[in-house]
Amino acid sequence: MSKQVLLIEDEPNIIEAISFILSRDGWTVKTHSNGADAVEMVKERRPDVVILDVMLPGKSGYDILRELRDDPEVEGLPVLILTARGQTKDREIAERAGCDAFMTKPFSNADVLETVRALAAK
Amino acid sequence: MPRDTLTGSRIRERRVMAGLKQSELAKRAEISPSYLNLIEHNRRRIGGKLLVNIAYALGVEPGSLTEGAETTLLATLREAASDVDMTEAEFVRVEEFAGRFPSWAALLADSQRKVETLQRSVETLTDRLTHDPHLATSLHEMLSTVTAIRSAASILAEPGDIEPEWQRRFNRNIYEDSARLADTSRSLVQYLEEADSEASETNAPQDELDSVFQRHGFHVPALEASKADVDAVTAELGQGLSQAARWLLHRAILRYRADAERMPLGDCADTVAVSGNDPFALAARFGCDLASAMRRLAHLPEDILPDPVGLAICDGSGVTTFRKPLPEFPLPRLGAGCALWPLYRALARPMMVHVEVMEQSARAAARHRGYAISQPTGPARPGEDVLFESHMLIVPESKRDDSEEIRHVGLTCRICPHPTCEARREPSIMVASAPRKL
Repeated sequence: MSKQVLLIEDEPNIIEAISFILSRDGWTVKTHSNGADAVEMVKERRPDVVILDVMLPGKSGYDILRELRDDPEVEGLPVLILTARGQTKDREIAERAGCDAFMTKPFSNADVLETVRALAAK
Repeated sequence: MPRDTLTGSRIRERRVMAGLKQSELAKRAEISPSYLNLIEHNRRRIGGKLLVNIAYALGVEPGSLTEGAETTLLATLREAASDVDMTEAEFVRVEEFAGRFPSWAALLADSQRKVETLQRSVETLTDRLTHDPHLATSLHEMLSTVTAIRSAASILAEPGDIEPEWQRRFNRNIYEDSARLADTSRSLVQYLEEADSEASETNAPQDELDSVFQRHGFHVPALEASKADVDAVTAELGQGLSQAARWLLHRAILRYRADAERMPLGDCADTVAVSGNDPFALAARFGCDLASAMRRLAHLPEDILPDPVGLAICDGSGVTTFRKPLPEFPLPRLGAGCALWPLYRALARPMMVHVEVMEQSARAAARHRGYAISQPTGPARPGEDVLFESHMLIVPESKRDDSEEIRHVGLTCRICPHPTCEARREPSIMVASAPRKL
């Protein structure tokens, strides 16, 4: 069975592009666009890797990440944070919240693919 | 300006100053503590007998509870004192201070207010990116769109087969996203320009002077009459300017007036009708120096000139002291312009006229002839160096004549794309990397 990625992002064309490159690499890609119920979605789907955008409607990616880390059921799940703000400060916030990888927009497809593979292999 | 506080706040303040508990004061004024609490938070109107009772209980004049100025002043002074490490003994004498030196106290309070206002604007500016929702949203939107375009474009660009349907889909996405990007960036530029013009309202005196001429035009009819009142014109044009800017304006108007006396408008019009925008012809006609003729041309009504002319004047340090830009030959608002301009070259060879046809690199379409001369600012005195200032008249030039050499100049280095300029003093944001050659 192929490994599953859950992509939580609200920009439809980014969703389409990332889904395409990951699917082509053999991943099953599920997507979700709302921050408010993202945590439930993660717990329901049980993906191998989560790609999480910071600016989401309903709830910020950082808050979602903190909730995931506080939940024993999913605390160890590899999470890749995507953000349009790449200052050191933002990276620190993400790391303190417990992300496994951090990527600033605009990123390259190859980097996303490589990072997701690396996270899944952990 | 002291803001008007409400009676309840004053009661509370007086009570705290007197070291009374709310319940104690309520008891003395014969009301319930909860009612007093409502009064103190300005949630119940108070007047008449109750006000007198409370004032009596506090040992103050009832008037001092309804008139805010003094309490506000004291509150502000306490605020100012709390920012520094003041001894308790000194701190409690605030009322005595305000009473004995009311004007000094008002001055201090006023300064405190100004400091607070400035602190707030500094904070706002510093954290603009995080506190300015429009800016943050626009930038986020742009980056998201760029990300989507980049992802889709690299899928299409990478080797490997992609089904036609997917190809079409990514092509369409790129097309849509690029349109969105164009919109967002346009609105962002517009927003930044508006923000910039707001900021310029409170800028350097030279800026204020420039905006006076931009608003009223460079021709001032009131200064052309045979008996012009320089002070009245300064007062009229200088409304709302800072003191420093009014000083600059007065100096510029005095100069204008002196030029207009030597070169009356009617005679100028005759000369211009024959010779066009030629500063030499004007100087010869009135027997005056070239710099004065340049200034006169810049202040003539535009409808008698073949083309509007621009003018820049700088002092010996290169700082611009007068600025009349043209639509196609802008002059930088801050700092100096391009070191290649004849304006600055003239400083090195005083009294020598530099005439050059220029193209500004960023605006290759427009060609201008620059006339520049550096002249002494005052009369020669025995054994004393004179100071020089440089004038450059800017006249639009047609593109037809190609026989003359054209000097390629810039506006300022930051936005000049010229890759190998010897006069560069700052890297450009227009070229990908700064030239390696130093």
